[in-house]
Amino acid sequence: MMEPSETAAQSAETVTVNLIVNGEPRQLQVTPNVVLLDALRDELRLTGTKKGCDHGQCGACTVHVDGMAINSCLRLAVMCEGQHITTVEGLARDGQLHPVQRAFLEHDAYQCGYCTPGQMMSAAALLEDERIAADDASVREAMSGNLCRCGAYKNILEAVQDARREVAAGTEERS
Amino acid sequence: MRSFAYCTADDVSQAVTKHGADDRVAYVAGGTTLLDLVKLDVMRPAQLVDINRLPLDEVETLDDGRLRIGATVTNTDLAHHPEVKAHYPLLSQALLAGASTQLRNMATTAGNVMQRTRCPYYRDASAACNRREPGSGCDAMHGINRMHAVLGVSDQCIATHPSDMCIAMAAIGATLTLEGPDGKREIAFNDFHRLPGDQPEKEHELRPGELITHITLDTPIEGAGAYYLKLRDRASYEFALASAGAIVAVEDGVIREARLALGGVATKPWRSHEAELALHDQPAAVSTFEMAAEAAMQDAVPHEYNAFKIPLARQAIVRALREACRDAENANQQR
Ligand SMILES: Cc1cc2nc3c(=O)[nH]c(=O)nc-3n(C[C@H](O)[C@H](O)[C@H](O)COP(=O)(O)OP(=O)(O)OC[C@H]3O[C@@H](n4cnc5c(N)ncnc54)[C@H](O)[C@@H]3O)c2cc1C
Ligand code: FES
Ligand code: FES
Repeated sequence: MMEPSETAAQSAETVTVNLIVNGEPRQLQVTPNVVLLDALRDELRLTGTKKGCDHGQCGACTVHVDGMAINSCLRLAVMCEGQHITTVEGLARDGQLHPVQRAFLEHDAYQCGYCTPGQMMSAAALLEDERIAADDASVREAMSGNLCRCGAYKNILEAVQDARREVAAGTEERS
Repeated sequence: MRSFAYCTADDVSQAVTKHGADDRVAYVAGGTTLLDLVKLDVMRPAQLVDINRLPLDEVETLDDGRLRIGATVTNTDLAHHPEVKAHYPLLSQALLAGASTQLRNMATTAGNVMQRTRCPYYRDASAACNRREPGSGCDAMHGINRMHAVLGVSDQCIATHPSDMCIAMAAIGATLTLEGPDGKREIAFNDFHRLPGDQPEKEHELRPGELITHITLDTPIEGAGAYYLKLRDRASYEFALASAGAIVAVEDGVIREARLALGGVATKPWRSHEAELALHDQPAAVSTFEMAAEAAMQDAVPHEYNAFKIPLARQAIVRALREACRDAENANQQR
């Protein structure tokens, strides 16, 4: 095991990190030990992203990094230099709710709402992911990284499936 | 979380130089094991070297038919890679049985090999743990050891190796390529992880400062069937209580070749040569699978709360072998 050392004290110095958050370039001054989740919430005041467990065990902190859903509690902000981050605040575009947001509203896919931002970010990432099959079991499995203490899973699944069908239909129409 | 310094590296030699042989320095890839354990004060690096910019994110088929996987290929990309799905379905299944979508998007191939045990006493900096703090004792021995290992245990440590991916690699056979301050070398996958013995803190054969650059899978077994079965407390996003990864080639109802590895029950990714011996040249029938399961678990040592894992693992083995044989028969029919 590693011993704590003097160099650790020097490393408390802040570094500059450039991120593109919900389409906007943002610059942060953070120490290397700040995780993306805390940078978003505490530095950028984007408090839509939630902290549940802080250990990768609940999914409340899910955001997209370069289009991929990740747990922002286990990613250092400094590791994201130059990357595109999308948070729940960035889902709606031009005053229009994202299909996933609409579906969550319609299906009442929450109770307390604490897990909801993370659920919606996972749902948004899988909407057009063809590697995930269309059946309920596959979608449930793909969404299993998001726990809901209120147990709203049934409606969450329905909302995700609805949004997925809607997006698929939209894609067909366009092509 | 304690503080540390951070730097990136652009190529392998730069990463190795920046790391040096200093045991206070750690490589970081996906961060899903490392940052979790730094937050728990179990890992205490003074400096991180970020290896995500290294050109190690490719999967390629070598001229000799083996598949070479770069260290930073994510678990998601590896699971869905066409070569892996076509020729190493066991690996794809095992990867997809692990963790969650988000974690697999972050987790890397080498990081998965290097992941640490989920033993709650290892993860609790105030508990006695020989693996974390050599000589401090083992609170799991007489504690809540329901999740702990029954194979490869010692009187110093009974912590389970938690990886799913590694079970597939143990069955398939692979070679790790390492690069460190003293140059490049290779090591067989099944020699990489160590049994706890009387030095449970020595988890693997990596020397100070060495970086895993690639993992190369052995050539696939022609016409074989494969199945990964993971049994756990909930249907997803949970570590295995017992898992079995089986690869079998069947000809005219007889098992020509078999590979079997076990997860959730052993202190390292567990290849069962005993079971393989019991399967070789035998009819592909449940009675054979049961004998193999018996052979695989004959040396199992239970503790207070984990004796159930022995029959559970046996059942996992029988089911995985049955499904792998079915898969092999389907493959035979399609040819
Ligand atoms: C909640 C949760 C559930 C999980 N469930 C499962 C599960 O069901 N099944 C399963 O198999 N796994 C599971 N995992 C573990 C997960 O698969 C590992 O954390 C992951 O694979 C580690 O990879 P990483 O790239 O994030 O490693 P990191 O955290 O970046 O690194 C891990 C270790 O490896 C070292 N390292 C990284 N890359 C290299 C390299 N190239 N050379 C040398 N050393 C290196 C680091 O220094 C560190 O010591 C789970 C994890 C969490 C948090
Ligand atoms: S807060 Fe990140 S997974 Fe729970
Ligand atoms: S709605 Fe309350 S945790 Fe999911």
